[in-house]
Amino acid sequence: MTAFLIILIAALFVIALWQISKIVQLGKSPEATGAQGEIANDSDNDRHGKYMLYFVIAMYVMMIACFIAYKDFFLPDAASAHGAEYDNLLLLTTVVIMIVQFLTQALLHWFSYKYRGKKGQKALFYADNDRLEFIWTAIPVVVLAGLILWGLFSWNDIMDVDKHDDPLVVEVYAYQFGWKVRYSGADNTLGDANVRFIEGTNVLGIDPTDADGKDDMVATELHLPVNRPVVFKFRSQDVLHSAYMPHFRAQMNVVPGMVTTFSFTPTVTSEDYRATDFMKRKVSKINEIRRQKSKELEAAGDVALDQYDFDYYLLCNKICGASHYNMQMKIVVESEEDYNEWLKTQTTFESTLANAEN
Amino acid sequence: MGQVIAAATDHGHDDGHHHHKETFVTKYIFSTDHKMIAKQYLITGLIMGAIGILMSVLMRMQIANPAEPNVIFEALLGKWAPGGVMDPNIYLALVTIHGTIMVFFVLTAGLSGTFSNFLIPLQIGARDMASGFLNMVSYWLFFLSSAIMIGSLFVELGPAAAGWTVYPPLSAVAKAMPGSGMGMTLWLVSMAIFIASSLLGSLNYVVTVINMRTKGMSMTRLPLTIWAFFVTAIIGIVSFPVLFAAALLLIMDRSFGTSFFLSDIYIKGEVLAHQGGSPVLFEHLFWFLGHPEVYIVLLPALGITSEIIATNSRKPIFGYRAMVASILAIAFLSTIVWGHHMFVSGMNPFLGSVFTFTTLLIAIPSAVKAFNYITTLWKGNLQLNPAMLFSIGLVSTFITGGLTGIILGDSTLDINVHDTYFVVAHFHLVMGISALYGLFAGVYHWFPKMFNKMMNKKMGYAHFWLTAIGAYGVFFPMHFIGMAGLPRRYYTNTNFPYFDDLADTNTLITYFAIATALAQLIFVYNFVSSIFYGKKAPANPWKSNTLEWTTGDKHIHGNWDGPIPHVHRWAYDYSKVNEDGEYVIAGQDYAPQHIPLQDGEEEMNH
Repeated sequence: MTAFLIILIAALFVIALWQISKIVQLGKSPEATGAQGEIANDSDNDRHGKYMLYFVIAMYVMMIACFIAYKDFFLPDAASAHGAEYDNLLLLTTVVIMIVQFLTQALLHWFSYKYRGKKGQKALFYADNDRLEFIWTAIPVVVLAGLILWGLFSWNDIMDVDKHDDPLVVEVYAYQFGWKVRYSGADNTLGDANVRFIEGTNVLGIDPTDADGKDDMVATELHLPVNRPVVFKFRSQDVLHSAYMPHFRAQMNVVPGMVTTFSFTPTVTSEDYRATDFMKRKVSKINEIRRQKSKELEAAGDVALDQYDFDYYLLCNKICGASHYNMQMKIVVESEEDYNEWLKTQTTFESTLANAEN
Repeated sequence: MGQVIAAATDHGHDDGHHHHKETFVTKYIFSTDHKMIAKQYLITGLIMGAIGILMSVLMRMQIANPAEPNVIFEALLGKWAPGGVMDPNIYLALVTIHGTIMVFFVLTAGLSGTFSNFLIPLQIGARDMASGFLNMVSYWLFFLSSAIMIGSLFVELGPAAAGWTVYPPLSAVAKAMPGSGMGMTLWLVSMAIFIASSLLGSLNYVVTVINMRTKGMSMTRLPLTIWAFFVTAIIGIVSFPVLFAAALLLIMDRSFGTSFFLSDIYIKGEVLAHQGGSPVLFEHLFWFLGHPEVYIVLLPALGITSEIIATNSRKPIFGYRAMVASILAIAFLSTIVWGHHMFVSGMNPFLGSVFTFTTLLIAIPSAVKAFNYITTLWKGNLQLNPAMLFSIGLVSTFITGGLTGIILGDSTLDINVHDTYFVVAHFHLVMGISALYGLFAGVYHWFPKMFNKMMNKKMGYAHFWLTAIGAYGVFFPMHFIGMAGLPRRYYTNTNFPYFDDLADTNTLITYFAIATALAQLIFVYNFVSSIFYGKKAPANPWKSNTLEWTTGDKHIHGNWDGPIPHVHRWAYDYSKVNEDGEYVIAGQDYAPQHIPLQDGEEEMNH
């Protein structure tokens, strides 16, 4: 499909060039003399009025082609509780703006074509119409009011981190250029932390004197039990980062000097998400691309690319320095049992400290 | 209507021509003539634009073939592309300087600086700006800041690379990235000077519009261009000082150990002494300018378009009062929407609700403007000159780019598209491409007035169509890779196999970008060759109503050889007819502003 698009685009460019060379030739007609020759005449108006019409048709074709060719680019169904609401609002908004886009672009270019100048054609002196202007002020007001209201209700709901009983509290910690996770342990309370406590193995700066922090566990992968609300506490040690988890429709900046929060409930395990039709198709497409690429690489004597399988990821989405483009962390959503099993393999802060002293 | 008589403007040199001796230096370099200053702004802006666009092409080439050797990189980037492979820090530097140059140096100074200077005195009927000297200082400060910005490209560790928004701590701590050393210092110095230049210019525009209108030129008879420039200048005066404050505080944090924006930082094995500041404060200060800046860029383009669409449609602009009202509404709202850049910055979510509300409000005057343009075309007699094509193109990209703003302005929806390519596509269409179209439209339209020569229309047409196709080719598909969750400002996307299937589309976008950039060479050639070899322009080539076309073709400091014309009507009496259906001036479909009302003609309430 992309190849087809490239060809289509190339063809459009060639047509444009061909038409331009035609214009240049036509322009050499004897009537075009002096400065008047540089002002649009009836044949220019006629030609470019028609081009406006062709342009809008080509634009429609392009828009439709993009929606078809790139339908796989849209993120799959959200894997979080609030995500379904998000997706519905996005769909509705997209439909509304595409309708407006189609109508207004049609009018704009159609009028450019329809009323292209001709000798003797009289323009209509039409300076004002209060009723018309009222109508097209009122329509956006009503439509936008609807969208705003829905958006605001969702926003308040999403950003209310205190709404859950017994959420899992997890700290996501950012640094140039990576992520760490801190689990709050049995007491579900994170110990105090500050960069001034960073020393040796205490890389997150947990306060060694705070009892809440003794059972905290630091990990390099984010494991979450399915269907349990999670409250994230974000902390950065150096510059601004942004924790972006696209499949959960979640994002929050990570700001040095303060703790930011976001919360969501993951609803689909990594395994189930991998097994969806969408993801199977997407992964096999990606692996096909990687196989082709690997062939080229091997021919050039390089190492082939790995086979890809989908995992949720968290990535940095705020410019943070040279390796900003590779600041990622794997997210695993799993059943409560698997999660507890994994958690047992993690070391508590207390034993980390004890080990360091030995 | 039209009863208000503006203050008389005969300030001393109304007695006409007094040719003081002009040397090369006073005429072309340290000129105080607003027309010459406008041309200086234009040419400096176009050169900066060429540099900015070249940078974007380098970025696109990197994204299409990430981390692969490229002879062009080796030639242009030298030690920053060892073996022809671009360094990741330099990619970020290109991102940063491209943004800075395009937003400030091209679309603020190059667009608003050029046309405010050129058109305000000519269209309101004044001999020059209120202060020609300040105007000259304003240009030379702009020149100085451009020189420093370009100079910063050549420092040892590279130019500023923290993004055009220069968020601290990345921009404040030299250890965070190489570009945050000397490069960032020069960036801040350059911007401080730029702000001074912009303020001097803006104050001058405001004073000139208020005080120096010719007899009969009431505010409600001003062409929409002047309304746009006037209000733009006011927004600039309100918001640029806040950026100046932010830059100053950032300089203090960087060099004098204060902690306005820094707190709890551990970097390269060391805890910094800074305590108690907040990067979010900087974000507030930055966007308090940053968002109005969008309208500082866009309103002049919309003003230019209003004038060109009306002239070339041979119709009055539809809803003049609504257009003025929407300019004022946009200006007011633009200063209370900055928080929509910060929905996920960590600020209080309640603020997010407020900013969503104000942001979507601003869509209303924008929609009114778009509808009014479309209605102006309706039943017109469209003269499709290159300037007109660019104006129609502007309305098209303004709609396409503006509509996606409804997604981004909604705090809920912003969560998942924030800082992705969706944002890049949105703002490039709505403020980048639209404002550039406004700039091009203005150049094609007023070139005859600036240089007394005509530009070649065939090259103009070729330039428009290639640019129009290319711009949509670059930015429409970009929305979709943004919807896939692809973050902006990534040196390469190959570390995420999930993005592998977007690579072809990125390559396609790169082809379009290169083709579109090459198409701009047509404009450069046309511009330069027309200055020297263009056909001599007639006095009023587009049969326009506004006063600048009444000066005759002598370029004198003082604009009008004789007395300044008085104004008797608004600027949009195109195709106005008497009750018998004849044009008010027999045989011509326009009635310029300085022509008194004809017998039996009514001045309508507009």
